[in-house]
Amino acid sequence: MSDVQANMELDCRGLNCPLPILKTKKAIETLNTGDVLKMVATDPGSINDMTAWTKRTGNELLSHEESGDEYVFFIRKK
Amino acid sequence: MSDTKKMALIASRGTLDWAYPPFILASTAVAMDMEVQIFFTFYGLTLLKKKLDAKVAPHSNPSMPMKMPFGPKTFKNIEWPIPNLISSNLPGFNDVATTLMKKTFKSKGVATVEQLRDICVESGVKLVGCQMTMDVFGFTKDEFIDGVELGGAATFLEFAAEADIQLFV
Repeated sequence: MSDVQANMELDCRGLNCPLPILKTKKAIETLNTGDVLKMVATDPGSINDMTAWTKRTGNELLSHEESGDEYVFFIRKK
Repeated sequence: MSDTKKMALIASRGTLDWAYPPFILASTAVAMDMEVQIFFTFYGLTLLKKKLDAKVAPHSNPSMPMKMPFGPKTFKNIEWPIPNLISSNLPGFNDVATTLMKKTFKSKGVATVEQLRDICVESGVKLVGCQMTMDVFGFTKDEFIDGVELGGAATFLEFAAEADIQLFV
């Protein structure tokens, strides 16, 4: 999914629950419908958390990748 | 929006470790588009004070790991066998333990209780102080942060009855 162009990047490296979710929510609010947010986290719990959060809020989790200790999420705003 | 989920929490404890669950859950629930009310009662009321002063008391919590937040990993992983005789009698022990726990949280990238509480306030979590326990412990509303409403059991139950999630923490 690296061909997806992100409109905004959010660095949540080193942050623990629930900060990646709270920051993602804040960031997505500044975007327009259809825009894509790229979020990078190091919290292993963020995979399940981002899946749950997108499911609940209706934003679309386009992809998530693991590279080393990092988790990269692409989210399209509802 | 009629399909908005609602969460009702009762926060009844005031120690640093127990200050986290209500504010973590409430801030996350709001981020998940839920409506949240927290009912603060008994020692939970202290979490509403303008200046938060939540501490931990290791002697009353035997399952709390006593570890150091600094140094090499092998040092950090040591569980210090501190006897209750020391932890409950040594002046300032709770303050030291509180400082160490705050340091550990910080080093693990966990928000402070103050940060989480601010997020709750900003994002519209409804904070309700229990009038009865305020009277019992001698708290007044002006000791609390702005925006706190007061009520009793009926206030909580009226909201909880319509809520999808109800938790006592």
